[in-house]
Amino acid sequence: MTVASSLITRSRVWSISGGIHPAEHKQESNTAPIEAIPLPSTLWLPLNMHIGAPATPVVSVGQMVRKGQIIAQSGGGISASVHAPTSGRITAIEDHAYAHESGLKQPAIAIEADGLDDWRKQTPWEDWASKTHEELLQRIHDGGITGLGGAGFPTDIKYRNRHAPIDTLLINAAECEPYITADDRLMRERAEDILRGAQICLHLLGARRILIGIEDNKPEAATALEQAAETLQQRIELAVVPTKYPSGGEKQLIQLVTGKEVPKGGLPSDLGIVCQNVGTLYQIYRTVVHDEPLISRITTVTGAAVSNPGNYEVLIGTSMETVLNHAGAHLKKADRVIMGGPMMGFAVPDIAAPIMKSTNCLLAPTKKELPPAIEDSPCIRCGLCEQACPVDLLPQQMHWASKHRELESAELHSLEDCIECGACAYVCPSRIPLVQYFRYAKGELKQERQQHEESERARIRFENRQARLEREKQEKEARRKARAEAAAKAQAEKKAREGAPSSGSNDDDPVKAALARAAAKKQARAESAAAVEQSPAELKEALDKAKAKFDKASTRLQEAEANGDAMVAALKKAADKLEEKYLSAEKAYQAATQSQETDPS
Amino acid sequence: MITAILTLLVLAAIFGALLGFASIRFKPEGNPIVEDINNILPQTQCGQCGHPGCRPYAQAIADGEDINKCPPGGEATIQALADLLDVEPKPLDAEHGEEKTPQVAIIREDECIGCTKCIQACPVDAILGAAKQMHTVIESECTGCDLCVEPCPVDCIDMVPIEDTLATWHQNRPLSNIELIATDRPTPAVNKEDAA
Repeated sequence: MTVASSLITRSRVWSISGGIHPAEHKQESNTAPIEAIPLPSTLWLPLNMHIGAPATPVVSVGQMVRKGQIIAQSGGGISASVHAPTSGRITAIEDHAYAHESGLKQPAIAIEADGLDDWRKQTPWEDWASKTHEELLQRIHDGGITGLGGAGFPTDIKYRNRHAPIDTLLINAAECEPYITADDRLMRERAEDILRGAQICLHLLGARRILIGIEDNKPEAATALEQAAETLQQRIELAVVPTKYPSGGEKQLIQLVTGKEVPKGGLPSDLGIVCQNVGTLYQIYRTVVHDEPLISRITTVTGAAVSNPGNYEVLIGTSMETVLNHAGAHLKKADRVIMGGPMMGFAVPDIAAPIMKSTNCLLAPTKKELPPAIEDSPCIRCGLCEQACPVDLLPQQMHWASKHRELESAELHSLEDCIECGACAYVCPSRIPLVQYFRYAKGELKQERQQHEESERARIRFENRQARLEREKQEKEARRKARAEAAAKAQAEKKAREGAPSSGSNDDDPVKAALARAAAKKQARAESAAAVEQSPAELKEALDKAKAKFDKASTRLQEAEANGDAMVAALKKAADKLEEKYLSAEKAYQAATQSQETDPS
Repeated sequence: MITAILTLLVLAAIFGALLGFASIRFKPEGNPIVEDINNILPQTQCGQCGHPGCRPYAQAIADGEDINKCPPGGEATIQALADLLDVEPKPLDAEHGEEKTPQVAIIREDECIGCTKCIQACPVDAILGAAKQMHTVIESECTGCDLCVEPCPVDCIDMVPIEDTLATWHQNRPLSNIELIATDRPTPAVNKEDAA
């Protein structure tokens, strides 16, 4: 397994806390080569095989489609398109059985295969390096690629949303969950294509290095990768981590191979890392270079009830029943069918459900192999769960909180950082279904948040409505008042006009009022002038002034008359007025002097 | 002795003035507990409690009314209110209705005559339409209060329970027979494991 070369370096490995060592059960399925399952007659393609918004159908019932044609376009934001896995006719667009614990049916498109497997027009890009980043990302997006490791996150988003410059492309080849060997077989058989996919990603990220995290129970796969690196002359760093569940969790693997922890609520890109599963890289290569969208995947079919356990290349949309039958599963012997592994998988309620983009394993165990959950006993506070937790949480405390629906307390114990790996439940001597409690509490927490958001919105809408009604009422009231006032005024005016036009009606007419005010003022002034006794000296002064003014005016008048001026009339009038004033002043002065002469006597 | 008394007096005067200032300067507007209670209430604005909306009921609770009159909130709301106000939780008062699964109003649109009566009844403006035009419910904004059902002259509004979707479904609490404290119910199995 060691290939001496400068291209391949063995990278240092750190450790994670906790973890468990369940029986691996990998050898059952990892010996046989990948086998393609024959074309089924009908395929059901769910519209939401990924995290995010469901895709929107772009075909109609009865329409003929070709292999690789888009049948449902990705919705906005985080979403992925769905493609026809084979050529045929659309027979239905309706709710169909879906692989989910709830057993809820989901909208899906049914294709009746015509058996021709006729590809749409393909445009291979052998020279992908000459394409722009945007073109490559668009191709990946159009190829409907989602993470094939399990979560099903649309892949192109990882390359679009980056928090920090990316230094490392981390290839997740750990495949830590028991029974599953899909990635193992893929690496053994198609390592070169995986690395070619990695080269595309490296190019997109502008990253410096390819780091592969692989568990030490897959030496053949590691060798295959090393040989592929030699062939492609691609420098890789191999971090062989000890086999321990759950070392394949994204955050756990990052911790194992870099010694750094992804911050709470953060993403690997915060550490300059993008983590990608081997299956996804293989698919990126197929899509970018060969223009094959994500229409098939490698799925492990295993378990004691399966007579030919192994890895199968399955078209997306093939019913689980078809796949299990092909692998020789005795459905009567099988206790249940689990999608995913024994640790994180769930029992499929209806095996008519189709294989999805994220179906990495179908496990059909017998009752003896994986006994159904037995009744739990009380927690004895042994603390084993805390030691097993790879995220350093306190499952025991979270269990108390979840059990009694104390969501705040559960949140304080970082319930949301729980990766639901099941290590705690695995070691629990009381067989408490801890993960189920955590999933329940997480669901409740999410629901509570949602409800709070909705009620907040309802409150705002209600308050706005109340305010609007109040405002409308006030406006109505104001209008009513204005109308009433106008009517009263009109009434009063009418009355005034009819009744006494001379008295009291002055208030309304500004001209009349002004005239009245002027008259009153004049009268007051006359009265005050009469009342004030002026001294003879003052009167003499006034008389002199008046005389001077009159003289000036009369000289100007004469001048004007001599020149034949147009202002003669006006000047004459002014001179007359001044003369009058002069005469009255003289009169007043004479009267004053006379009274002064008579007074002392 | 005198110095000590004087010092204390001066300190008392300073702090007294400070507190007096703070009590005027930072006086909260209205009763803050009403806001807290209102935040817990589900804001359906259904009026089943006998008050015209959630805020008036919050005010009433602050003034001493019972906390168990809100059927849409159900036990969870009662529990939260009991925690907030530090009172004993009571079972839901059946007089005001029963706790129902969340619902949403749906108008059978071809039967709608466009009378706008439901629009006027909706406390959150979640019904869209105009006189003599078809009306429809904005489902995302509907609180399921069912106040629009009664005024409809042609009975074309249905209250439909909201169905689970993949986004809203979540696991139920695991069933467990063990609700007793272990020491109250000794079993050999527990003892054995404890010893191990």
